[in-house]
Amino acid sequence: MKTLKILLIIFLFIGFAELKSDEKNDNLKNKILKNIRCLICQGQSVYDSESDFALSIKLIVDNKINEGSSEDQIYRFLREKYGNWIIYEPELNKNTYILWLSPLLIFLLGGAMMYKKVSIK
Amino acid sequence: MKNKLSLIILFIFLSFCFIVFYKGLNNSNTYTPKIMNKKNIPIFKAKDFNSNTYTTSEKVFEQNSYYIVNIWASWCIPCRKEHSLLMELSKNQSVKLIGLNYRDNLKNAKKFINELGNPYSQILIDNNGTLSVEFGAYGVPETYLIDKNKKIIEKFVGPINHEIVKKIKAIVK
Repeated sequence: MKTLKILLIIFLFIGFAELKSDEKNDNLKNKILKNIRCLICQGQSVYDSESDFALSIKLIVDNKINEGSSEDQIYRFLREKYGNWIIYEPELNKNTYILWLSPLLIFLLGGAMMYKKVSIK
Repeated sequence: MKNKLSLIILFIFLSFCFIVFYKGLNNSNTYTPKIMNKKNIPIFKAKDFNSNTYTTSEKVFEQNSYYIVNIWASWCIPCRKEHSLLMELSKNQSVKLIGLNYRDNLKNAKKFINELGNPYSQILIDNNGTLSVEFGAYGVPETYLIDKNKKIIEKFVGPINHEIVKKIKAIVK
């Protein structure tokens, strides 16, 4: 009876761990799919789209996660196939420096202007 | 002096906004992925349309020849339109045509081939569209030209036309 109880606890523990891992994979999958642009219904993410293309991408992302690919590796794969535009969040490169740095520059400029005004007063 | 400087800055800012929006108006709002020239063909395993057995990319592209990979489906109207041109291309000895049957019903696909002719030396089944994604496709029809080094050198989105056929023939001759 005692052995049965221990076995039951072990099985429950394994089942719970697997459930946790599935949940983690699902969260990662949804995060990635929400960041991929559907090339058929442009303006919609793959997560929201039901086009054939989106369904194929969903399957590919799922397979890659199950194979153990990281988020970056999946983005790299998609960029290689379809270019940077397929990812909503652009990566930092020579074409996107202005995009990434301009908010920071505007923030610093605004801060400097405010500081100057306060100092004058 | 201070007002003048503010006006100049405002003018520059508004001009910048105008140029950005004006340029944006002239740009197409539909994105077409860049033609990924000189990319290696993907490594894959797929089911053969006729034998229903698995084959690999090495076996499919084993000959030292130019290859055309055409993604098609029986439900795709533009595929029907381009089929006669594929039949014409299949007569060319310097190139081999590989068909990729995209998300299709096998029975309908076979009917399509029986009705319009088979230009392909081999047809592969892509039931879930993942093989087409490996090639970088996002719809049907799409056509890829692969050189003897097994690199994708041209990609044609949409149905091929006489000009494309002429271009392909010029490359493979």
